[in-house]
Amino acid sequence: MRNTLTIAGKELQGYFVQPVAYVVLTVFLLLGGWFFFSMLRQFDEMVQLVQMMGQQGQLEQMNLNTRVIDPLLHDFLIVLIIVMPALTMRVFAEEKRTGTYELLLTAPIRTGEIVAGKFIAASAFTLVMVALAWIFPLILMIFGNPEVGVMFAGYLGLALVAITFVAIGLFTSSLTQNQIVAAISSFGILIMLLVISWAADSGGGTVWAVLKYLSLPEHFSTMVRGVINTADIVFFLSAIMVALFLTQRAVESARWR
Amino acid sequence: MIEVKDLTKSYGNFVAVKGITFRAASGQILGFLGPNGAGKTTTMRIITGFMPASSGTVVIDGLDIFANSLEARRLIGYLPESPPLYTDMRVDAYLRFVAKLRGVRRAEVEDATDHVIQVCGLAEMARRICGQLSKGYRQRVGLAQALIHNPPVLVLDEPTIGLDPRQIHEIRDLIRGLTAQRTIVLSTHILPEVSQICDRVVIINDGQIALEAQLSELPAGVSLEEVFLAAITKEDHLTEQDAEETLEKVGAGHSST
Repeated sequence: MRNTLTIAGKELQGYFVQPVAYVVLTVFLLLGGWFFFSMLRQFDEMVQLVQMMGQQGQLEQMNLNTRVIDPLLHDFLIVLIIVMPALTMRVFAEEKRTGTYELLLTAPIRTGEIVAGKFIAASAFTLVMVALAWIFPLILMIFGNPEVGVMFAGYLGLALVAITFVAIGLFTSSLTQNQIVAAISSFGILIMLLVISWAADSGGGTVWAVLKYLSLPEHFSTMVRGVINTADIVFFLSAIMVALFLTQRAVESARWR
Repeated sequence: MIEVKDLTKSYGNFVAVKGITFRAASGQILGFLGPNGAGKTTTMRIITGFMPASSGTVVIDGLDIFANSLEARRLIGYLPESPPLYTDMRVDAYLRFVAKLRGVRRAEVEDATDHVIQVCGLAEMARRICGQLSKGYRQRVGLAQALIHNPPVLVLDEPTIGLDPRQIHEIRDLIRGLTAQRTIVLSTHILPEVSQICDRVVIINDGQIALEAQLSELPAGVSLEEVFLAAITKEDHLTEQDAEETLEKVGAGHSST
């Protein structure tokens, strides 16, 4: 435990002295701001239009959660797919290239502790990033009355997605000493998780059901709608565990190859 | 004490180390010599537990580096070929991190860090960022991290490479001062270095031991360079008789000229 915290502390400090983390954070929030602004404008125009037509019934159905937060969170999902590989690509790859990997692997610590420490640090940074994106719901809460519970469920979903991406990024980074290779492979896996269910509607049977289950947006969208299912939480947690397990095996493999 | 027993390491079809056996006793400095590509770094990486052997084993003070890896690794201080520095950390923060990683107790981390900073002459560089240090200072920080937990076994891979003559002199004095109760293995291809600071020499060539001898056993009047060249040009290596023959031949050749 102590070793894990030692590694996590050092890694976390690393995020704050390196430009990559700041760039990731800035891009994430700037794009988020732009999406939020666009969605809010559209919403505003629509409200005015409906008001002009005097359809009171329809006006009451218009809702900040489904018209602004829902699409915003889905846009964030896409932004995460692009920026998270950049955040995690260096975690192992850089150590391998610069030779500090030798320091880590010859120290009297377990590979599991190395992986856990790095995962905790990257997750902590990512959670800060997702937490800062609460600025948009806060703005809505000041000027409107969205449903807080639904937003909370959606952001919980976003946090789980982001941490899943961290775990997958750590795995690809543990396989190579080339950061670009790590980033592109992790990018490929994330995109695959996004589109894996595209073919699922065209067929039936177990295989398609499995593909549908693996589809990340399927689970994410449920949470964005405000529904917290154990099944969806379990999906994300298992994805994280599988990726971390594979990472630990990849690091450990240096000891038996 | 380090006991290397019948160590073999192959990378695919290429056999880098072919069944070498030697021992380094406590209180001794063992010079590990050989031409480039002879298998020095590979051997040292196996001794320190960074990579596994294909067959054979290494025992550190009675602990097998594979079977009791964690305990054995605790006893070793290791300076790899290139100093394993985190280029964005400050020297003192880096050394504190390594101290914790190497299992120095929390209360003693500060003292251990201050001690190695003094011993390695890093006082003025303590607040500098590792990446901005000159080659010589990087090497010293590398040595400092190897010493920080006061290990009974030190493995130094070319500790004086890339240093200017004055620095080489300082580092040699430093290493010589470390001997008491410690086992030190250092690799180099600077032969005078071995004559100056080592008690025992192992010459490997093409993955095999070409010569193993106490420096005091070498024939008087023969330079280590001649011994080295004779050892690595010999076709068949290995047995102790061979080593003696080599020594005799060199001795004879020298006296006849």
